[in-house]
Amino acid sequence: MGFKRTYSEINEKIKTGKVVVVTAEEVIGMVEEKGIENVAREVDIVTTGTFGPMCSSGAFFNFGHPKPRIKMHKVWMNGVPAYTGIAAVDAYLGCNELPEHDPLNSNHPGEFRYGGGHVIEDLVAGKTVKFEASGYGTDCYPRRKIETYITLEDVNEAFLFNPRNAYQNYNVAVNVSDKMIYTYMGALKPGVGNAHYCSAGQLSPLLNDPLYRTIGIGTRIFLGGGTGYVAWNGTQHNPCAARGENGVPTGGAGTIAVVGDLKQMKPQWLRGTSFLGYGVTLTVGIGIPIPILDEEMLKFTAVKDEDIVAPVVDYSYDYPNATGKTLGSVTYAQLKSGVIEVNGKAVPTAPISSYIKAREIADTLKHSITAGEFLLGEPVQNLPSADSGISLKGLQEKKAP
Amino acid sequence: MSPKKIVLRFPSQIVDKPLIYHLVKDYELMINVLKANVNPDKEGFMVMELSGEPGKYEQGLSFLRKQGVVVESLSEGITRNVEKCTHCGMCTSICPSGALYISRPSMEVIFDDSKCVICGVCLKICPVKAIEASVNGRQ
Repeated sequence: MGFKRTYSEINEKIKTGKVVVVTAEEVIGMVEEKGIENVAREVDIVTTGTFGPMCSSGAFFNFGHPKPRIKMHKVWMNGVPAYTGIAAVDAYLGCNELPEHDPLNSNHPGEFRYGGGHVIEDLVAGKTVKFEASGYGTDCYPRRKIETYITLEDVNEAFLFNPRNAYQNYNVAVNVSDKMIYTYMGALKPGVGNAHYCSAGQLSPLLNDPLYRTIGIGTRIFLGGGTGYVAWNGTQHNPCAARGENGVPTGGAGTIAVVGDLKQMKPQWLRGTSFLGYGVTLTVGIGIPIPILDEEMLKFTAVKDEDIVAPVVDYSYDYPNATGKTLGSVTYAQLKSGVIEVNGKAVPTAPISSYIKAREIADTLKHSITAGEFLLGEPVQNLPSADSGISLKGLQEKKAP
Repeated sequence: MSPKKIVLRFPSQIVDKPLIYHLVKDYELMINVLKANVNPDKEGFMVMELSGEPGKYEQGLSFLRKQGVVVESLSEGITRNVEKCTHCGMCTSICPSGALYISRPSMEVIFDDSKCVICGVCLKICPVKAIEASVNGRQ
């Protein structure tokens, strides 16, 4: 049975300009034409991509010390608070964070025009950001207040550290109630008037390596237009979720935590994003190269939209109340056709992650690798997979022990 | 004639006059109001689709002008900032007139402004604020 390829063999081919790279979209047609075995021998790497809102994202900063020094107890960037429960002039800015005086949902649905994700986009775009910090004063850090302006260049370090990105598959959101609802899956019309989905399907990284054979800790990735790494499994990583015969999860499953230098990134691939009635977030561009170590990997990367299914979930009652009920499943081919059937009714669909940008990321990564600018990172440890026995826990309400 | 989109501005002195009624009754014009902001004692503003028999259409408009209404053909309206748009597609299931739609299989979001009814729903829905509104110069 077949042949094997190693990371170092592939990296050698990248350095000598002999590597063969195709995108997860292109490989589908090649396999249909030439078969798995031939394409596996021909292709070294398949590139994937995704560009969607990823709420568990944010950045760590070290702002440097002013004179005299300060232990920053509170920090605001363009009025958006950052978390300061770490060392004196370090902070973490979460992309979902909102300005102190945002009207939120007081005039429902709130617009949420600016927040942490927008601050990150502004910084990456080279814009100047208003910086305020307060401290309570210590013998070593006497200063109590500073107000200044910073750019990304001014800070010592700024790295994106996203605890949960690139969800492997996701719900298709609908609304069975009789009024409009505003969710993190967008505005959903009453009476199942529309269906929103959020995955690049056949181009999505973790759907092309469903059992995380090659995507692990240390995998080098395209992140926000720069180079990043998989740092850990993501939060809510649920590798033991139900899977189809092809190994592909039939609903939300694996996730990754990613890290990368914000100073290398580009604003077009990190976009501050506002969800009406819900909040702010960051739309993140991620691309992951999948090495074709053997025929099985090629088979995984040849997965097609019609082979990937997602559950249809009601976001008016079932999701908020965690009933676990679904209204059936649909394939990404059906979702991308623009209409699915739910309870016998034709329902128009819309994506909330950009397929066209996912394709652009996979293409960009392909060209970086072909040009010898991007080498594969071999994982130093695999992510927990389908045999890990992990199960997702809910939060229990308990009395004091 | 096919309907034309026009913008009417009413000086505050005449907002209480039933001018639209006269367009229908005296000039037999068909009106589809797309957007209106008319308040007592303030300048009024209305965007409508207007159609009817060509002669009467012109007479109707000159009637409005004689009353002091500024009549302009609709320009701009809703625009999409192509630089900002990520083609996520979320607007397409909300747009009521099909002006924002996805071209398949490329999955590119297209904005066909000839179908736009300027309802403005996309303005708040667009997650990256790529939809911009200006009605005859007004934001």
